[in-house]
Amino acid sequence: MTSADFSILLPEIILAIFAMAALLFAVYTGKDKTAPMMVWGTAGIFLILALYIGLNGEGANEAFGGLFRDDAFARFSKIVILISAAAVLVMSQDYMQKRDLLRFEYPLLVALAVVGMCVMVSAGDLIVLYMGLELQSLALYVVASLRRDSVKSTEAGLKYFVLGALSSGMLLYGASLTYGFSGTTEFAGIIEAASEGDMPLGLLFGLVFLISGLAFKVSAVPFHMWTPDVYEGAPTPITAFFATAPKMAAMALFARLMHDAFGAAPGDWGQIVALLAVASMFLGSVAAIGQRDIKRLMAYSSITHMGFALIGLASGTEFGVQAMLVYMAIYITMNVGTFAFILSMQRDGRVVTDITALNMYSKREPLKALAMLILLFSMAGVPPLVGFFGKFYVLRAAVDANMAWLAVAGVIASVIGAFYYLRIVYYMYFGEEGEALDGAMPAPQWALLMVAAAVMLLGVVNLFGIEGPAAAAAAALVH
Amino acid sequence: MDNLLSMITFIPLLGAAILALFLRGEDEAAQKNAKWLALIATSITFLISIFLIAQFDPSDTGFQFVEEHAWLVGLTYKVGVDGISVLFVMLTTFLMPLTILACWGVTHRVKEYMIAFLVLETLMLGVFVALDLILFYLFFEGGLIPMFLIIGIWGGKERIYASFKFFLYTFFGSVLMLVAMIAMYVDAGTTDIPTLLAHNFGSDTFSLLGIQIVGGMQTLLWVAFFASFAVKMPMWPVHTWLPDAHVQAPTAGSVVLAAILLKMGGYGFLRFSLPMFPVASDLLAPLVLWLSAIAIVYTSLVALAQQDMKKLIAYSSVAHMGYVTAGIFAANQQGIDGAIFQMISHGFVSGALFLCVGVIYDRMHTRDIDAYGGLVTRMPAYALIFMLFTMANVGLPGTSGFVGEFLTLMGMFQANTWVAVVACTGVILSAGYALWLYRRVVMGDLIKESLRSITDMTRREKVIFAPLVAMTLLLGVYPSLVTDIIGPSVEALISDNRDAVAAWDGGTTAVADNTANVEAGH
Repeated sequence: MTSADFSILLPEIILAIFAMAALLFAVYTGKDKTAPMMVWGTAGIFLILALYIGLNGEGANEAFGGLFRDDAFARFSKIVILISAAAVLVMSQDYMQKRDLLRFEYPLLVALAVVGMCVMVSAGDLIVLYMGLELQSLALYVVASLRRDSVKSTEAGLKYFVLGALSSGMLLYGASLTYGFSGTTEFAGIIEAASEGDMPLGLLFGLVFLISGLAFKVSAVPFHMWTPDVYEGAPTPITAFFATAPKMAAMALFARLMHDAFGAAPGDWGQIVALLAVASMFLGSVAAIGQRDIKRLMAYSSITHMGFALIGLASGTEFGVQAMLVYMAIYITMNVGTFAFILSMQRDGRVVTDITALNMYSKREPLKALAMLILLFSMAGVPPLVGFFGKFYVLRAAVDANMAWLAVAGVIASVIGAFYYLRIVYYMYFGEEGEALDGAMPAPQWALLMVAAAVMLLGVVNLFGIEGPAAAAAAALVH
Repeated sequence: MDNLLSMITFIPLLGAAILALFLRGEDEAAQKNAKWLALIATSITFLISIFLIAQFDPSDTGFQFVEEHAWLVGLTYKVGVDGISVLFVMLTTFLMPLTILACWGVTHRVKEYMIAFLVLETLMLGVFVALDLILFYLFFEGGLIPMFLIIGIWGGKERIYASFKFFLYTFFGSVLMLVAMIAMYVDAGTTDIPTLLAHNFGSDTFSLLGIQIVGGMQTLLWVAFFASFAVKMPMWPVHTWLPDAHVQAPTAGSVVLAAILLKMGGYGFLRFSLPMFPVASDLLAPLVLWLSAIAIVYTSLVALAQQDMKKLIAYSSVAHMGYVTAGIFAANQQGIDGAIFQMISHGFVSGALFLCVGVIYDRMHTRDIDAYGGLVTRMPAYALIFMLFTMANVGLPGTSGFVGEFLTLMGMFQANTWVAVVACTGVILSAGYALWLYRRVVMGDLIKESLRSITDMTRREKVIFAPLVAMTLLLGVYPSLVTDIIGPSVEALISDNRDAVAAWDGGTTAVADNTANVEAGH
């Protein structure tokens, strides 16, 4: 343990210390009165750290003998996680304050979850992986039930906790099998034991259990059951958080584990991941058709999107990882914008989540409706919007890896999925006049909605240069 | 002017951006400004495109006015035109100002309406000039968004059903093409269309899931592209979205749909299917020819039974597109020349016919044929113009409709006599439904009380029709105007196509070694 080790961990350490210091500060001063300040402060810290990681990070460094890795892949994921978490915090402040939900614990729990996520994406060892994952999960269980007096919110928290514990159990079981059959918990050691073709059966079982545990975290079918309920039950800002940063972290962890620890045998896990991808895309697309609640709809939408991102992973190539990273970054931008809009859906200050409430929204709020239109078409993957390029990347990765059938399945699912996005457009633009939603929208939400829509529109020029960093990140992960 | 094509393509988008950002208000003055701005933007586009056709060198069969810039993931922003595409660019820029003029009477959300049309023009022009696969796809698919909104927001009573059907049908066709494009990208290592035109895609027979696929990878790619273009065209039996979309779309939307959007399918066949997959095109040509023949006869019969004027013209469009597909896959000079000619001519004629319906719909707010009759007594000018375009639709010599039908039938005759015989009956049937429509609407006594006070065409309406009348007659008497431009490019296309088909060994050498091919061609 040298100072070099700590300097690699500096962002995580700063964030952890900040969380604890802020906790003490809030307890001894005004408690919930400090919460708004804390929200903005935490978001600021996130952004500063993202900037620090973006500017300072260089090369591939290992800390604590390979337990913790800081490479281009980890940095890319961390920046996405930090920025999206900051965006969600900023847009939730007004909403939570109005509903008396803004406790000072909220930004702190988010900060702790983000520490967990950063550890996850940097893990070089099964134990570190588990530590990061649990730190993240425990914080998320609590925020899911932040609205203590609401049955739905507590139910969401409990459901998430029980199922999350189950998945953690599976993951642990897989990790112990892996340890048993490879004799080490370090990824660098596992990859030597797990080579293509002659992988010990026990190790294969370990791999399957690890994948099951991770599939739960990314809410891939058949481990998706918690998603709609938790999305619906949790307060909307929390849902927005669930849909963004943790998804990126889990997906990055998934990629890291597969490539760092089992990278020598992509054929063994590629098939499983491909199956998860197809099931997620189709179930997500079909099940969303019946949804009227926009939060549930977004839950199924995110299941579909995870399916698409998994295509990139399933291809098992460097380009596949790059495609997955680009897809996730685009997905998160779209979701931040969409949830900024959903947060503003209210009538006389009461939350409305029924999509029929959007009837003829475009007539009263043409600009916001247009931004939402762009985001919806982007999510459906219609060019020239950026969402299309995400799909293009993953489809190319699949065809590249001789999995054309996966690409065909993907595009068919995307047509089915287009229907429910179009239906929201239909309500906003072609519907009949109904009771109006409140027009006012707090500035941060408005700004995020507009920025996300503008990104979708203007990204066609060069995707804001995200391609280069994503390629570098993929190159760092896949050898 | 190095970037002439980009200028033409993006001026409408610029107009849309100006409208969106700077025009405020919903009052009459603002509406008027929006219309004028749209008209000016589309007119400038047309004027600049005149430079394009003036500087275009028909004897050069390669791509001209090429611009190239690096883009994402090895894609390029590359545009250019050759003899096949240049006239489609001209058709689009020519028709758009007229379309904008045609929606002068709209009062509902005018600004958005104009923006939608301007964005649509950019996307349509992009389709015809794109020289990069994915860039093509981007424009091809992007056009769905404004058209979906045009039908959905400004359409008729059943507009929601029609807009969803339009979107999902065409989207489904296109995504399969996307997979095929990616497969081509992986196979050839580039998305550059001129390079892909020279690339030989595998045509060795292999078996997939136990089915022998003659023509191998080419056949699979061809089928994926066919799925997209056949829907867009539209060909029987995937034409059913078109009548719904046409009937529900506002007049200007119908005009754009019939005159330009339908041409993208035919253009796609000429740009991709025929030159890039010559073996598969040759193998599957009989299928296309017969589908086209069925389309011509079947949709003509369906058109006879229609009560709704727009639906009747929509079905007649499907029938006319049947000549186009048959002409293209006859794969000889007359056939393809005729197909392109037919597409250009149909652009003027069907656009004009939908405008004709629009003229009386604006006055009476019904498209029911039975609601009219004897219009000639009150609207002589209208009767004359409607008659001219009815005749052009029938294919009367002297109008552009005749040249297209005659050339395609001649091409068909060389490729497959029986198809030509069946298709010929379509000429008779088209005379049947078109003349009958004309008789029921325009001729006879004016006995309907509601029509007593109907007024003839206004000056604006006459201005819209004048260029269309001129073009229809001009191309009818002087078809070389078109064939001189497209001729050399078509000739080159056909000779390449024939060479490739002749060089094909039937894929038989490889049948014995199936497994290797499955891996090679996925």
